[in-house]
Amino acid sequence: MTPVLQTAIELVIAAGLVGGGFFALVGSWGLIRLPRPMQRLHAPTKATTIGVGAALLASSIGDLPQGGTISIQEWLITLFLLLTAPISALFLAKTLILRGEADPDIPDSGTGQPWATLGQERPDP
Amino acid sequence: MLKRLFPHPYLSLTLVVLWFMLVNQWKLGSLVMAIILATILPLVTSAWWPNRARVHHPLRLFGYTMLVFWDIIVANFQVAYVILFIPRDKVQSRWITVPLDLKSPEAISLLAGTITMTPGTLTSDMSACGRALLIHSLHAPDPDSVRDQIKSRYEARLKRIFE
Repeated sequence: MTPVLQTAIELVIAAGLVGGGFFALVGSWGLIRLPRPMQRLHAPTKATTIGVGAALLASSIGDLPQGGTISIQEWLITLFLLLTAPISALFLAKTLILRGEADPDIPDSGTGQPWATLGQERPDP
Repeated sequence: MLKRLFPHPYLSLTLVVLWFMLVNQWKLGSLVMAIILATILPLVTSAWWPNRARVHHPLRLFGYTMLVFWDIIVANFQVAYVILFIPRDKVQSRWITVPLDLKSPEAISLLAGTITMTPGTLTSDMSACGRALLIHSLHAPDPDSVRDQIKSRYEARLKRIFE
């Protein structure tokens, strides 16, 4: 590996770590700063997408400058985060709506049916 | 016979690829383990996923993924701007109703996941009949444009892929 390429990869790793850290910090800052529960829910989806994603990319190519190989396992962590984060966010949002702690004036669904969380409870099938 | 053994061929294929990514090496033993998992897991979970998902254009799914990745990066900068520079009483958070044209449950869950992962919008609920999504937007001075963007940018593409 040429020294130029090695420096370039090291720069990418550094950018990934610093950039990922910056976005995770902004996400946490939003958690403190935003006043309403529904607004705070936006912060964690930020931190998991770019914050963790960039740090994992840096970790994935972290062995390259020393002559190692690209590690694939970090991509899996990103994939699993992308799969699970929307589900936990949806659960939190539904809980807030059900407890009446979400923002008021929820609009009509426009379909003639109520929103699933606020509708009549159905027995388990 | 083959259909009963592999109720979800895409899921089985994904499991094989995932297993190889997890063990991080190419060995025959890993392939055997991958095939065992790819057979057992879809069979055990098939009770909760009775219908086979139909994907008409699997290759377009790749293009869709790239588009979503790009949007995640752009939207992150927008939300970082909202959090850092807009005064807290000026942040206009809104509810947005998005009527759905999609019918396939897999496509709708993919759309809901996309909306949540692109920062700034959050899927919060679904109507009881499954024909509309409730979305919370962190900062939307113009809620109609957010709804139109979701419909034209994501839903139209998913409709071409799945229906």
